Amino acid sequence: MKFSFASVLSNALGGNAAWPAQWRSPEPKASYDAVIVGAGGHGLATAYYMAKERGLTNVAVIEKGWLGGGNTGRNTTIIRSNYLWEESEAIYEHAMGLWQELSTELNYNVMYSARGVMMLAHDRHDVETFKRHVHANRLAGIDNEWISAGEAKAFCPPLDVSPTLRFPVVGAALQRCGGVARHDAVAWGYARAASAMGVDIVQNCAVTGIRRDPSGAVAGVETSKGFIGAKKVGVVAAGHTSTVMAMAGVRMPLESYPLQALVSEPVKPFMPCVVMSNKIHAYMSQSDKGELVIGAGTDAYTSYSQRGALHISEHTLEAICELFPAVRRLRMLRNWGGIVDVTPDRSPIIGRTPVAGLFVNCGWGTGGFKATPGSGHVFAHTLATGEPHPIAAPFSLDRFRTGRLIDEAAAAAVAH
Amino acid sequence: MLLIRCPYCATERPEIEFRHGGQAHVARPADPSAVDDAAWSEYLFFRDNPKGVAAERWRHVHGCGRFFNCLRDTVSDRILATYPAGAPRPTLGAEGAR
Repeated sequence: MKFSFASVLSNALGGNAAWPAQWRSPEPKASYDAVIVGAGGHGLATAYYMAKERGLTNVAVIEKGWLGGGNTGRNTTIIRSNYLWEESEAIYEHAMGLWQELSTELNYNVMYSARGVMMLAHDRHDVETFKRHVHANRLAGIDNEWISAGEAKAFCPPLDVSPTLRFPVVGAALQRCGGVARHDAVAWGYARAASAMGVDIVQNCAVTGIRRDPSGAVAGVETSKGFIGAKKVGVVAAGHTSTVMAMAGVRMPLESYPLQALVSEPVKPFMPCVVMSNKIHAYMSQSDKGELVIGAGTDAYTSYSQRGALHISEHTLEAICELFPAVRRLRMLRNWGGIVDVTPDRSPIIGRTPVAGLFVNCGWGTGGFKATPGSGHVFAHTLATGEPHPIAAPFSLDRFRTGRLIDEAAAAAVAH
Repeated sequence: MLLIRCPYCATERPEIEFRHGGQAHVARPADPSAVDDAAWSEYLFFRDNPKGVAAERWRHVHGCGRFFNCLRDTVSDRILATYPAGAPRPTLGAEGAR
């Protein structure tokens, strides 16, 4: 069904008792044209664009837990495209373009809010680095501007810019079209739209093996609900990509780390934008519920524990309290960890693998949420045609052999 | 926060005294110019990343300053053994196989 003012009104009059399920929950068929492993934002977006732009609807998205329950539900929802290298600029700006109309496209309010992302500079090195980023972005036609400490204070009044801070704010790079979106709504919107076009989303169905035919090509996946045949399998499993790919005997240049985030008790709106500080490892925005959403760093060691150590979040809160003295007496409501798959060059891997019919979209590390629409869009092209999308071509697995790395220093600071 | 036993100092100390050094037992090819791109790439970039017992390097930066190796379960974060650099990876008993 289509959401509209009329449908909202008629359901309100009916006590909201008649809303149908937003997506089907079918049992898996014996085989599909393609199977996507992982029903997070990236996997669901992939299925959506395969159905919508390629007409491929005989597709299943297989999920070990519940859809959007992994890193899609564990991030800090920040959207920006101010990356340094041309390859990164292209893919993140592609996503930024899709974010603008995503709610209309999906007929689902993903609550994209272009409230501005401000990245603080604290010393001369930061200033030179960020100015380089601003110039690179402007050459590529990407929104990014350099502002003074005073302008930063005007843009975000709770920010303390006094020169007596241990790490004073000396300026900032501001991307006004950056902002936040509602993470769950992104997964739900893509799931609903893909399901309506015939994509099967199979939750609580863990992949336990990848079956290959005598030629070595992919024949399908073994799951907790039995074997599902497919000539094409796309692995979009974030922190668990290494373990899934190992089922096909493919080693990955990935390491999985816990990345923490936390939210405060809800307060009235006072934080008008997203503020990030790479130098002192803190970023913060305010959700529409009023909670301050704070991102901490990764643990020092690889882990699958989805927790993260307390001293990591303490370190971040020290920085937050220094930058925003007004929040010092707030209590933290919840903290959690997501398992992020980090590549050696902090750029994603999108494309073919040494196994015929097996494709992978991974390595988004600590910053995958912002790329969700673009990632799904280019990976749908790869799965449909067997060839990388021009934007995704530089992000091949093969770059670690050829040496054409995309060493992205503008990835979130927590990845470095 | 982990409590890590440094095998040289023979004491259990908090994680912040140490620095993680990545996967253990990764040997640099003896003659780098003799290996092909795939083997060199494997040495530089590809890691086991196991969900289970991992062998990893740690350095006791705020203690003796020396590197050692550690077996840790990456699901529970429980440390199963620490041993000096250069020593072979220990085989775990029933506790480690848990």
